[in-house]
Amino acid sequence: MIELDNVSKRFDATTVLSGVTGRVEQGEIFTVIGPSGAGKSTLLRLIDLLDSPTGGAIRIKGIDIHAKGKQSLRVRRMTGMVFQKPAVFNTTVAENIAVGLRFRGVGKTAIRAKVTDALTMVGLSGYGERRARTLSGGEMQRVALARAMVTEPEILLMDEPTANLDPVSVEKIEELVLRINRDLGTTILFSTHDMYQGQRLAHRIGVLMDGRFAQVGTPREVFTVPATRDVARFVGIENIVDGIVVAGGNGTSAVEAGGVRVRTATPLSPGERVSLCIRSEDLRIAPADGDGATPGGNALPGTVASVVPRGPFSRVTVDCGFPLSSVLSWKTLDNLGIQGGSPVVVSFAAESVHVVRED
Amino acid sequence: MYEIIEGIIEAARLIVTLDPDVMAISARSIVISLTATVVATLVAVPLGAAIYFGTFPGKKSLINLIQTLYSLPTVIVGLLIFLLLSRVGPFGFFRLLFTPTAMIIAQTVLILPIMTGLTISALSGVDPVIRDTLRSLGATRFQFLKSVMKEARFAILAAVAVGFGRAISEVGAAILVGGNIMASSFASSTRVLTTAISLETSMGNISQSIALGIVLLLIALAVNLVITMIQNR
Repeated sequence: MIELDNVSKRFDATTVLSGVTGRVEQGEIFTVIGPSGAGKSTLLRLIDLLDSPTGGAIRIKGIDIHAKGKQSLRVRRMTGMVFQKPAVFNTTVAENIAVGLRFRGVGKTAIRAKVTDALTMVGLSGYGERRARTLSGGEMQRVALARAMVTEPEILLMDEPTANLDPVSVEKIEELVLRINRDLGTTILFSTHDMYQGQRLAHRIGVLMDGRFAQVGTPREVFTVPATRDVARFVGIENIVDGIVVAGGNGTSAVEAGGVRVRTATPLSPGERVSLCIRSEDLRIAPADGDGATPGGNALPGTVASVVPRGPFSRVTVDCGFPLSSVLSWKTLDNLGIQGGSPVVVSFAAESVHVVRED
Repeated sequence: MYEIIEGIIEAARLIVTLDPDVMAISARSIVISLTATVVATLVAVPLGAAIYFGTFPGKKSLINLIQTLYSLPTVIVGLLIFLLLSRVGPFGFFRLLFTPTAMIIAQTVLILPIMTGLTISALSGVDPVIRDTLRSLGATRFQFLKSVMKEARFAILAAVAVGFGRAISEVGAAILVGGNIMASSFASSTRVLTTAISLETSMGNISQSIALGIVLLLIALAVNLVITMIQNR
């Protein structure tokens, strides 16, 4: 449906996109996640013909949308876009929603019917005659969504549409996105810096970093087997440890980091420099005198370096030669008698260690 | 002090009793300035839009020049129009000097820069997301221009109101090209509120001056109310 072929974009001396390549399939929700300034908005603006790429090509249904010619209006009318900032025209809600239909020369009766349907779809029935600027941010964003959807676009582009909204409004917008995709089959490209939102909505995720996709995959792939150290950090893996492979064979290997050996279930060649990614929820912290080690796994002795409260939990960091952090409830901490300076053993399975080769 | 208080009381009487002279001068002022504003609007709004939407070398300098002309002295405009319309001037054959038409031309020239500049500002004030939304909704070039103008309509109306306010309150150009003539017919007289206040004050008719001054202030107040109302939309 949408092909991104080595797309780059420069603004004067600043390079925002430097060779984005990927493909969005028809009918899928593809979320673009990445830190602020990664180029997510720029990429969506290029697809919506609001900017032109400096290099590469974007094809929709095989048409190079930025190629010279008169097809740009036709291509643009295949897409709808909702922007990060809720913006409405200074008129009524109904008139706002009707704008795209008027541009297409749709008759008055049809406009009235479509606007009523669109208002119902976004849960704003009865709001038609209100001044759009008197609505809340969440309601304005739903008007923007209705305004984009009323023209029945094949592709819906959403540029961080929930970034400025309260949690209740975020939930409503997310429900609508899922429903639009499911009921109408609209292909949706949704950018967000909220990785969990990306996970909730997407069939596939593209992680945009340093102007290109660092990884494209299903939410499960991106969150459990991040392709790079930066992706791992962005998707919330707290423990990332650099080391060097010292032994390998039989589908496992040993990595030395901070003077400690860590067993992994990934076959690697000795001498390779790698980063070990271990999710905090896969760690088990137990007092040094207790039983603990997972058979065939890792059991690293260490000392509790810090216990930092975080809501009803505490973030416990243990120095095992390198720092490893996990989150424990206050009650667990009390039961185990763990506090700053306590000798403990951190255990985790070899399968819990995701290995990425250093860039 | 006593004279001033007496002048204010007399002024109130002239207004309340709808003194024919005061009413005629007030009406003439409104007609001349309103006509100038309409003519200036027809030129300034499309011109402002063309400059704002257009891409051409020297655009920034042109906008700077227009903004500089906001403070164009009225007597300079008056002198310029006087020279153009005088018998020896290039347009002398039209015989427009010392007519209401000459005053309309002068006021139009005077308010054109401020109305053009404020139109450009009004269009610049439209949220960039609104402009992107219009493009994204599939607007053609014409639909886009029309919609942005529509979005800026209240700010453009405020520009028109500001233009009218400047036109009705100026005195330099009006006296130079109008001549402050009180003829037998309404249409051929050129005495307006500002020129009349100047004349009556110099003749010592303080109460007449104050009455005309109050009318001018009321018109300014009305214009200000309209601007505030528009800007609150």
